[in-house]
Amino acid sequence: MLPILQIGPLALQTPGLILLVGIWVGLWLAERGAHRSEVAPSHLSNMTLITLLSGLVGGRLFYVLLYPSAFAASPRSVFSLSPSLFDPWGAILTGLVAALLYGSRKKLLLWSTLDALTPGLAIVAIAVSASNLASGNAFGAPTQVPWAIELWGTQRHPSQVYEALAALGILVIVLLRQRYSGNRLSGMVFLVYLALSASARLFLEAFRGDSLLLPNGWRVAQLTAWLILAACLWLIQRRRQAIN
Amino acid sequence: MSSSSLRWSLFSLLILLIGAGWIWVSAAPNGDATSGRIPAPRQGFQAPDFSLPTLSGETVTLSDLRGQPVLINLWATWCPPCRSEMPDLQATYEAYQDLGFVILAINATYQDSPASLETFVDEYGLTFPILMDKSGDTARLYQMRALPTSFFIDREGIIQEVVVGGPMSPALLQVRVENLLQEAP
Repeated sequence: MLPILQIGPLALQTPGLILLVGIWVGLWLAERGAHRSEVAPSHLSNMTLITLLSGLVGGRLFYVLLYPSAFAASPRSVFSLSPSLFDPWGAILTGLVAALLYGSRKKLLLWSTLDALTPGLAIVAIAVSASNLASGNAFGAPTQVPWAIELWGTQRHPSQVYEALAALGILVIVLLRQRYSGNRLSGMVFLVYLALSASARLFLEAFRGDSLLLPNGWRVAQLTAWLILAACLWLIQRRRQAIN
Repeated sequence: MSSSSLRWSLFSLLILLIGAGWIWVSAAPNGDATSGRIPAPRQGFQAPDFSLPTLSGETVTLSDLRGQPVLINLWATWCPPCRSEMPDLQATYEAYQDLGFVILAINATYQDSPASLETFVDEYGLTFPILMDKSGDTARLYQMRALPTSFFIDREGIIQEVVVGGPMSPALLQVRVENLLQEAP
């Protein structure tokens, strides 16, 4: 865990910093390979910026709408810099809507754009795991394995490291696929990435110590990942049939 | 159906069956709250227990306050965001103390001047207990890395949220405290 990096008088919030670097490197990588999916690199950076900004505003807006009375009592809180006044689902929804609007206005092809963004998503996934390691989020279940790490009062699975390694492996597969696959069928890079990520989540969630559980003990994230995996396998099949 | 698409269907089916089997095998034991009841200064965990002297000489023990929502605020007089959130903390305390809400303002006395404390409390008109962490043990227990840091603790003694840095906005205080109070005693 390294939540704060102290450089002289500067106290840097490591987890956020790692995420920012991840987005930056991911975007750079995605732009470099964008021509393979016949997407203009500038569209990727514009779309990312618009999505992030809309998500930021939307997250706060949804939060204000969820708790109107608190903000009526203190209107200045609407502009508070506190990241705690934030609704993540509202942010995701607003960000997605903004990305879709941008895509349809610029007449981008859905599958090609997703393919072009995929290396970026793969990098961001690694950054998210590294960021979680720095903050102690997404921690593992208690265990006695020799490679356990001391975190939150006990020895735990280094779940963040498992997830970072899986994300790294997936990045390599995505890059190889994007570069060497003779099959230019659009959407395939993204679908393979999503299927692999869902499989990794399905497998690795078992070692997490913070899973959201159903009353019978099933882990919600695993069920969600299973459904996404099933959808990906079906879509891959359909996309393949489409060219034959 | 061509032979390659048949192969793909069989492959998909196999993968999904293995996935379903893994979900079954790796389900958490019945009734297990996965984050557990281990004391740790983190959301979802039991708030680590402490006993500290107040400015007026009594001793406050966190576990004695089980059944009441508690806001722990780690602060120091020399820290500007700590100072600027004090009036909002006081207002929140006044609004909700009758409903059982408690604020424990733990002063990082080991890096503050004890002499300035009383003047500070008078100046800001603070009526909630001011606890003195003279050794820094409680700051270590709560892995304090920045001032102020606040912990919102529910009636069961479980940390519901950690807010690092400040000042906290009045809306944040109101929403969090009302959520804590909504849980049945």
